[in-house]
Amino acid sequence: MAAPLSVEVEFGGGAELLFDGVKKHQVTLPGQEEPWDIRNLLVWIKKNLLKERPELFIQGDSVRPGILVLINDADWELLGELDYQLQDQDSVLFISTLHGG
Amino acid sequence: MGCHINTDCFKAFYVHKFRAVLGKNRLIFPGEKVLLAWSGGPSSSSMIWQVLEGLSRDSAKRLRFVPGVVYVDEGAACGQSPEDRAKTLAEMKLILQTVGFPWHIVALEEVFGLPPSVLRHLAQEPSGTKGAYKAAVDSFLQQQHTPAQGEEQLSQPGSQDPQSPAGLPTAAQTEAQAPTAAQTEAQPPTAAQTEAQAPTAAQTEAQPPTAAQTEAQAPTAAQTEALSRLFDSVKTLTAKQELLQTLRTHLILHVARTHGYSKVMTGDSCTRLAIKLMTSLALGRGAFLAWDTGFSDERHGDVVVVRPMRDHTLKEVAFYNRLFAVPSVFTPAIDTKAPEKSSIHRLMEAFMLRLQAQFPSTVSTVYRTSEKLVKAPRDGNAGGPPDPRCLLCMCALDIDTADSATAFGAQTSHLSQMQPPTAPAEAPTTPCCSAGVGRAQGCCRGAGPCGREDPRASVIEQLCYGCRVNMKDLPSLDPLPPYILTEAQLRSQRASVLQEIQEYLIDSDDEAQTGES
Repeated sequence: MAAPLSVEVEFGGGAELLFDGVKKHQVTLPGQEEPWDIRNLLVWIKKNLLKERPELFIQGDSVRPGILVLINDADWELLGELDYQLQDQDSVLFISTLHGG
Repeated sequence: MGCHINTDCFKAFYVHKFRAVLGKNRLIFPGEKVLLAWSGGPSSSSMIWQVLEGLSRDSAKRLRFVPGVVYVDEGAACGQSPEDRAKTLAEMKLILQTVGFPWHIVALEEVFGLPPSVLRHLAQEPSGTKGAYKAAVDSFLQQQHTPAQGEEQLSQPGSQDPQSPAGLPTAAQTEAQAPTAAQTEAQPPTAAQTEAQAPTAAQTEAQPPTAAQTEAQAPTAAQTEALSRLFDSVKTLTAKQELLQTLRTHLILHVARTHGYSKVMTGDSCTRLAIKLMTSLALGRGAFLAWDTGFSDERHGDVVVVRPMRDHTLKEVAFYNRLFAVPSVFTPAIDTKAPEKSSIHRLMEAFMLRLQAQFPSTVSTVYRTSEKLVKAPRDGNAGGPPDPRCLLCMCALDIDTADSATAFGAQTSHLSQMQPPTAPAEAPTTPCCSAGVGRAQGCCRGAGPCGREDPRASVIEQLCYGCRVNMKDLPSLDPLPPYILTEAQLRSQRASVLQEIQEYLIDSDDEAQTGES
C-alpha cells in the first residue's frame, strides 16, 4: 500500500508542447495498492497530463526513443528505468532530444 | 551508456572532446573569424557555450579564434505567427546579449534578396601545409607576449577588433608558401586583409566596442507571403525539409561572406550526423556523405563549414545543458509533431533511435563509418576545367553526362511533356544539352540554345541526383527565390555560348571537317 506522493514532473526540449506548453508540474500521486514506479507514472501522465499525440511521448509502456529521462538529475538507466520506485519529493524530468540542433 | 552522476568528470570529458576535435583537425587558425550557426536548439547552444568558455580561459590552451553568431528566423517556413516569431526573437536576443559575441539575426525571407553569386564556389586561398598551422600558432603566441594590448582585446569577445590577431590567418592563408614567422610579422596588421570586401571591415571596426550585431529590418509581409507560398507549393515534407536546409545554408553562407567569416561552425551532434548519414543515403546523396557528415565541408571554397560537436551524442548534450544551465530556446521546426512516417528524415530518425534503444552501439557504429569516408575527387579531369557543381547543394555533379540520357531521360522527358509543346529540338528520350557544361556536341544545332525553350529542364540538368529528386516535389519553379533561377539561366546560357564557340575553336576536330573559320 503506497501513501500519496508529491512529485515534480518537468518537460523540456520541446516535449512541453504536448502538455499545453507547461514545463513544470507539481503532482500529487494518489495512494494506491502498488508502489509508484516510473511505469505507473507514465500511465498516470498519459491519462492526466498529456494533452495530445500520445504516440509522440509514449511508446508501449515506456517513453519514445529519443526522450531522455532524468530522475533527480541522474540518468534513469542507472536507477532501473521503468522499475525505479518513486519517493516523495522526487523530481522527474523528460527531455526530448529529438528537436533541432 | 548511462550518464555518470559525477559532474566534474563529465564536464571535463565533455569539454575535452570539444577541444580535441578542434585540435585534431587544425583547421581553425588563430584569429580567424568563425561564424557560429545557432538554431536555439540544445546542440548549437552547447556549442556556443563551449566556445564562450574556451575563449575565456586564462591559459595557453585558450581557444583563439574570433567568433560571431548567426541566427536564422525560419518562422515563416514553419507556419509561425508574427507574434510568436517576435516572442522567439526577443528570447533569442536576450541570450545573445548574455553571450556577448557579435551576432547577426536574419530572417529566412532574405533569401529573396540573395545575389546569384552565393551559389558559386569561390576559390579559397591555399592554407599551406601542416607546418603553416604550427607556425601560425607559434608566431601568434609570440605576438601575444609583446603588446599587452593583444591579450586584452581577445578576451573581450564583444569588441570585434580583428586587428591584433588578424595579421596571421590571412598571412597563413594568402601565402602560397608556408608562412615563416618573419613573414607573418612583416605583414601590416590592418584588418582590411581579413576581408576581401573592404567596406565591411571598415564597418565592423567602426562599431562601438559593444557586441557588433546586424539585424536587417523585419521582412515585409510580401516576402513572408512569398516564402509561405514557396513552402506550401512543395508536395512532401521530405522535400520541404531539404529545401529549408538548402536555403538556410545559402543564407548563412551569404552572411559569412559579407562579414568576412572564413569558417562556419554548426552544432550537429554525433546522433544527428548518424541519422543524417542514413537519411542522405536514402535521399540519393550517397556520393556526398563525406561532405554532408564529415568534420569539414569545403564545398563553397572560401567558407568552410566545420562540425565541432560531432563527437557528442544528443544525450550528453542534453545532460550537459541541464547540469550547467546552458540556455537554449525551443522553437517549433517544420516537422514538429509530424507523424513518424511523414518524411524520410522522420522515418530515419525513428529507425535509428529505436535501434539505438535496443543496440546502444548503433549510433556510434554509423558515426565511426562516417569518419572513414574519404573525399575522393572524380576521375579524369585532372587538368581540365573544374567539375560542374550542383546548382543547389554545390557538390560536384555526380551524374555522368553519358549516363544521364538513359537514367534521367525518362525524368526530363516527362517534365518536358508537362510544359506546353516546345520546339522539336527536344527528343523524347534524350534530354538535349545533357547536364550543363556544353560537353555534348551536335545536338540541337539548328534550334538554338535549348535552355530557353524549357526553363525547368535547364534547371533540373544543373542539379545532382538528390536535388533532382527533391525538385520532383516542387511542381513549379516560379516561387523559388530569384537568385536560383538567375544563376541557372546564367549557367545554361554560358553553356550554350560555349557550345556555339566550340565550333569555331581551332583545336576542335569538327572545325577541320566543317571548314568553318
